[in-house]
Amino acid sequence: MSDAASHDAPTSQYLTLNLAQEEYGVDILAVREIRGWTPVTRIPQAPPYVLGVLNLRGAIVPVIDMRLRFGLQREEYTPNTVTVIVAVGGRNFGVVVDAVSDVLDVKTSELRPVPDMGTTVDTEYLKGLTAVEDRMVLLLDVDKLLQPQDAQMLEAALPPAAEVKAVA
Amino acid sequence: MANVSMAQFHQVFFEESLEGLDNMETALLALDEGGDKELVHTIFRAAHSIKGGAATFGFPEMSAFTHEAESLLDELRDGRRPIDKPIIELLLRSVDCLRGMFARAQAGQPLNDEAAEALRGELAAAMGREAATEVKARRSGDHADAWVIRFRPHPGMAASGNDPLRLMRELKALGEMKVTAELDKLPALDKLEPGECHIGWTIELRGQTKRDAIKSVFDWVEDECDLSIEPLHVVAPPAAAEAPKAAVADVATARAAREGAPAASAESSSVRVSIDKIDSMIDLVGELVITQSMLDQFRENFDIAKLAMLQEGLTQLARHTRELQESVMGIRMLPIGSVFNRFPRLVRDLSSKLGKNVRLDMHGEHTELDKTVLEKIGDPLVHLVRNAIDHGLEMPDKRRAAGKVEQGTLRLEAFHRGGSIVVEVADDGAGLNREAIVAKAVQRGLISSGEGMSDEAVAELIFQPGFSTAAVTTDLSGRGVGMDVVRRNVADLGGSVTIRSTPGKGSVFTIVLPLTLAIIDGLSAAVGEESYIVPLVSIVESVQLKPDAIRSVAGGGELFRFRGEYLPVIRLHEVFGCAGAVKKIEDGLMIVVEGDGSRVGLFVDGLNGQQQAVVKSLEANYRRVQGVSGATILADGSVALIVDIAGLVRLQSRRKAA
Repeated sequence: MSDAASHDAPTSQYLTLNLAQEEYGVDILAVREIRGWTPVTRIPQAPPYVLGVLNLRGAIVPVIDMRLRFGLQREEYTPNTVTVIVAVGGRNFGVVVDAVSDVLDVKTSELRPVPDMGTTVDTEYLKGLTAVEDRMVLLLDVDKLLQPQDAQMLEAALPPAAEVKAVA
Repeated sequence: MANVSMAQFHQVFFEESLEGLDNMETALLALDEGGDKELVHTIFRAAHSIKGGAATFGFPEMSAFTHEAESLLDELRDGRRPIDKPIIELLLRSVDCLRGMFARAQAGQPLNDEAAEALRGELAAAMGREAATEVKARRSGDHADAWVIRFRPHPGMAASGNDPLRLMRELKALGEMKVTAELDKLPALDKLEPGECHIGWTIELRGQTKRDAIKSVFDWVEDECDLSIEPLHVVAPPAAAEAPKAAVADVATARAAREGAPAASAESSSVRVSIDKIDSMIDLVGELVITQSMLDQFRENFDIAKLAMLQEGLTQLARHTRELQESVMGIRMLPIGSVFNRFPRLVRDLSSKLGKNVRLDMHGEHTELDKTVLEKIGDPLVHLVRNAIDHGLEMPDKRRAAGKVEQGTLRLEAFHRGGSIVVEVADDGAGLNREAIVAKAVQRGLISSGEGMSDEAVAELIFQPGFSTAAVTTDLSGRGVGMDVVRRNVADLGGSVTIRSTPGKGSVFTIVLPLTLAIIDGLSAAVGEESYIVPLVSIVESVQLKPDAIRSVAGGGELFRFRGEYLPVIRLHEVFGCAGAVKKIEDGLMIVVEGDGSRVGLFVDGLNGQQQAVVKSLEANYRRVQGVSGATILADGSVALIVDIAGLVRLQSRRKAA
């Protein structure tokens, strides 16, 4: 879990997403755009939560379903379903969530560490939580969404083309 | 002196000069082989333009160096000196030295180094003169606060478009001037030719000026006047005081160079295009504009009776767009000869260093390749050629003992095959040493033993990182970087490297590269609810099969008979896991495709038609996907994946093995 205190800005803004009756926050600086759900092109050998790729003005961008990512039941996509395009480390990807609701100002001092239980989302993908009025907002660590350990393992299991040929 | 406006021409000067150096080298090598004397003129011309350019663009060290080489060439040209091996060797080294200078000039570093200085001495010595006295003398008085300039134009100077008055004005900009005219050569009035210069001047220039700055004023008239620049009062800074200053300046320039590096180190960013290609493009654009204005009419007043004309217009538009696209892509295509050119020299140097006798045989220099591919294929090829000479070809006595001719042959060849470019590096040497490779691989822990490994599998081991069988590390090869880098570089370009080796007969390294990276022709194939692009170049034929044409074999594989051979079947929906696809063989379509030299049948639901696909990277935002070479965007804005046949074959064999 990343240390909340390491944020040197006194406040940061978060876009809140709704997912299975819980509210999550994504650092607004990572958000590129919000768009309605459009069908994507499926990619083979992808983990189930990677729905496919879409065309973002000429760039091919993968889209992941946040519910599947966190092992929740998949919901039917409704007109409220949105794809949030986030940019992390020079890569763009889309995240499908039930809805987006708000932009929050969170004081760094109001960030609380996540207790290691009780949330649907694995604490590994959270960098903190905060209370807004009487709601609790879980702040997501977007860096880890597309490149978590299992995706890395998948990558490692895939030898580069050249070496596969040596076997073939 | 290298001010901003000059700097923009530097890049052009560098490119042209490097090209000139390449020409010099090629011609020198040809001379070495006993070529025509006309070649000396070619070399001389190249050296002369580099010298002129270097002087103009403010690289006096370079121009001084080239000047020595040029003087030597001049003697060769006039037949005053025989052309022999040592001279050619010396000139070849001068070419290398100049290349070094250019590299340093591009990086903004000081041009001269000891090696250059020494070589310049050698050049002068070859002509029987004392080395580099002029430079030394000049060094001593580079700084002065006043100069005496004696400038006497030759009579014909004005005829070449140079105006003494302009030079004076430029000098004036450098400091305060006191000019004395020397009229001693002035002829009598009745003999005076008004177009000729007869007056000389002695100019006292005051102000902190460098000799180079003054000299640059006279750059253009250097050959057309008698010029001397002497310090009036030499400022004699203690040598120790000047040295650190120079060092500081060097550091500053080096830092500036480093900061400017991203722009400078970006690989040379211009292409020379033949005027024919440009003309044909202009024609095409013209036609495109005509078609567009024709279509424009329909916007104003369209009625259904004109539908046929509209259709025709659209067809024309499509054709012109396609032709224009091909022609624009053609600009990126350059002959591979520019990469091959470096090898005669490399082979000559390496083989003489190693005491081997090697003949280089090059074919297909005119084969055209995409510029991006061309720029990146050089290094892998150099590795392969070095390896072939260092490891592949044997020493003359060994060859004789093996009953071969003493001279080994290294063949470098480029040709088209299908939609790919094939580059082969072949030698008639000893071939791969199976025992040595196996022993090394066991030592490195790559394999436990070589037993039961096919020759191909053993050969593949040399592509492993850090693999080298050379007992002694030489500066040529054997450092253990090489083959894996070669393979990786080629894979980055979307190509592959394979090796065929016969013990005692030699080895052949084959690099297969795509023609271009940006746009491919493809057929859109439907599989269930999805569609995939199959590159047209890998498609051999497509057939509809009867159920009994398929044979199942043990282990779950399927084969079908196609023109006398049995080909394995890859069901695309199985490999890619597509839902709702056709399963019965008679309902779908078998596309016979070729990838990595093997043919397979690709089973799909059907074909949707041909289209061009602009290849987009999946890796940019996601990662590489096995069996998929990239993605493209369809006319409706959705994404379609492009099938990588070779990858698919590997994927299938892994599935079967699993």
